[in-house]
Amino acid sequence: MCDNPSTDHLFQQLDDYIDSLPYKKEDLIVILHQAQALFGYLPDKVQWHIAQKLDIPSAKVYGVVSFYSFFTMKPRGKHVANVCMGTACFVRGSEKLQAEVEKQLGIKTGQTTTDHLFSLDSVRCIGACGLAPVMTVDGKVYGRLNDPKEVEHILATYETENQISETVVH
Amino acid sequence: MKLKNTDELNALKIQNLVLLENRRVPNNSANTSESQDRPRHVMVCGGTGCHASNSPEIAKLLIQELQRRGLSDKVQVLQTGCFGFCEKGPILEIHPDNVLYVEVSTEDVADIVEEHFIQGKLVERLLYIDPNTEKRFASDLPFYHSQLRIALRNCSYIAPEDIREYIAADGYQALSKVLFNMSPTSVIEEIKKSGLRGRGGGGFPTGTKWELTRQNEAKQRYIICNADEGDPGAFMDRSILEGDPHSVLEAMLIAGSSIGASHGFIYIRAEYPLAIHRLEIAIKQARQYGLLGEKILGSEFCFDVEIKYGAGAFVCGEETALIHSIEGTRGEPSVKPPFPAQQGLWGKPTCVNNVETLANIPPIILKGADWYAGIGTEKSKGTKVFALAGKVNNVGLVEVPMGTTLRKIIFDIGGGIKRHKSFKAAQTGGPSGGCIPAKHLDTPIDYESLIAIGSMMGSGGLIVMDEGDCMVNIAKFFLEFTVDESCGRCTACRVGTKRLHEILTKITEGKGALDDLDKLEKLCKTIKVSSLCGLGQSAPNPILSTIEYFRDEYLAHIVDKTCPAGVCKSLLRYHITDKCKGCTLCAKHCPAGCITGSTKDRHIIDQERCLKCGACMEKCHFGAISHH
Repeated sequence: MCDNPSTDHLFQQLDDYIDSLPYKKEDLIVILHQAQALFGYLPDKVQWHIAQKLDIPSAKVYGVVSFYSFFTMKPRGKHVANVCMGTACFVRGSEKLQAEVEKQLGIKTGQTTTDHLFSLDSVRCIGACGLAPVMTVDGKVYGRLNDPKEVEHILATYETENQISETVVH
Repeated sequence: MKLKNTDELNALKIQNLVLLENRRVPNNSANTSESQDRPRHVMVCGGTGCHASNSPEIAKLLIQELQRRGLSDKVQVLQTGCFGFCEKGPILEIHPDNVLYVEVSTEDVADIVEEHFIQGKLVERLLYIDPNTEKRFASDLPFYHSQLRIALRNCSYIAPEDIREYIAADGYQALSKVLFNMSPTSVIEEIKKSGLRGRGGGGFPTGTKWELTRQNEAKQRYIICNADEGDPGAFMDRSILEGDPHSVLEAMLIAGSSIGASHGFIYIRAEYPLAIHRLEIAIKQARQYGLLGEKILGSEFCFDVEIKYGAGAFVCGEETALIHSIEGTRGEPSVKPPFPAQQGLWGKPTCVNNVETLANIPPIILKGADWYAGIGTEKSKGTKVFALAGKVNNVGLVEVPMGTTLRKIIFDIGGGIKRHKSFKAAQTGGPSGGCIPAKHLDTPIDYESLIAIGSMMGSGGLIVMDEGDCMVNIAKFFLEFTVDESCGRCTACRVGTKRLHEILTKITEGKGALDDLDKLEKLCKTIKVSSLCGLGQSAPNPILSTIEYFRDEYLAHIVDKTCPAGVCKSLLRYHITDKCKGCTLCAKHCPAGCITGSTKDRHIIDQERCLKCGACMEKCHFGAISHH
């Protein structure tokens, strides 16, 4: 995605965003959030660009990107599904739910489907423990998922829907 | 409008009292003729849980339906924060009728308007039914008995996106008292006297923390609100920020003025979009009303707050790691001392307080330290919010005085174990805590008593487990978590937790040996004393407590090669019983092709080749396949 000349405007938007911030180096994490929202992921080129812009070593940017689980260096699918693996969901069967979603999508957690429609990840508690076991798709929460048919139904709505995946944008 | 002095704040409060007027009538007899004519407020729960079950849509449809039936001027619909009773969401409460409807769906909207507001009777099917007594409740639910809501006082009571409601509910009165009637040292003394301790897990006395930060000479000091609620299964901080964000802002202002900080940061998880949204609204409104910014309420005090976002790292809940993360670097903890109170954010004295701790501050200032210190136990004062989750009937947020027993929380408030199964253990303190067995159910819980029984308070996650949970597997689950979240800085934690996890995996796969238990205990003790931060120091707790209380279960895995709870897959053995009709369905679905037998004859599973996938058991129409 990032080698495409059409990403020039994204780099421009990122630069504008960085210029608007009162601090620079201190805001590395919020800049990375923004970059991931723009590009969908944080490939080398984007990390290097940020390092140059902030005048810090690119190793430092890489160090931060690789530290936080929220950041990804691999392109993600159009829709991102997350199965909650918090304790409350775990004791109410999230392992089974995870296996079911993996089975239905034909991928393992951490992977993206070959058609780039879905990426599957796990999260550590989104605080909707009353609805355990829970999964989210593009930030929307689906709860009490004990029936494989419900998972099928949820995934089907995203397969037909033509909407763009959203990352949390700040 | 900027409030220029206390009088203007008080005038605004009086002017807006009308907003809460209807909600103040505690009326146990629902729908009396007297309350018929009064304007009604429908409070729709807008916490993350209910939000996920469509509560915003329910609120929207209610407004439309009320409009259609010409009731808009008599009934107002408001979105609140979490009611705490997440199990039965979406929830809505009608004031002043004092009626609570549970598990409301969009299809119920028309009936609520027709039956409740037009015919003036209860919508019976939406009332809460106690699973044990099968009694119906319109108000005064057993879930709320024995609770004392201080930190959660405004959650579900006010609309969090309207600062006027917070002001009407005594909001910013404590700030006004601190700025004009108290000196910074007397505020600190008051907090010290109240006995309030850090609710994020550490339990360090809050007043002392403020005092230590104030004592360090510096031109700039900082106050940080720790909203990086990483403990899986705990969601009280999120709920407070969603349901009562101004109480946290007010407390930060009070802390700022007491320790001499003009700048505050709220470090919040990016996984909490709704809390971030409500917090942003609250900050904007507080600035508009002059409660953040220059010369607050006409005093000399200037203070502003900024939100900083986490990026998914559990260790960032540790204060030094959190500070590094705000500085834009890897969130690795550093050695203490120096403590943040001496050298924190950008080398300046910094005080880090958790959300729930802060939410207790305004009531302490208004009602006094003695009132607060009168609640709780000898060393743990006040209340604690627990996120009750797992195999319990009433999952939700529960605020009780310190010293309440687990039995009361799980069985009285929580309504007991789901599906009438038996209680096995309660896990407190998240990945840093331990599992508490039934014999300790009557221990009054506070910071000290939990440590004495091998667990800890942590941030207040309380996960209930029943007979179907395997304690070895639970310990393994937590170790998986710490291995994943260990920042890698110190060897004891980075390598040690990995080795612990390997041994546990071996045991759950039936490959364990008896000396593995000794190895586990020895390694646990080493990691506890040699890790750099709280994450590593407490990571062995889930193992140590399960070995102490559930040694039999470990032995069953190691010696008998069985999992008594029937959870550990590798230890399961599937058998076909004499109920088998020889339909061949299981053989057809077996991915390993290890089921043999001819039509109408009992089939046999080849244990050597069985993958323990359970497909046969799932497919069998005659219940002829069992596992143990």
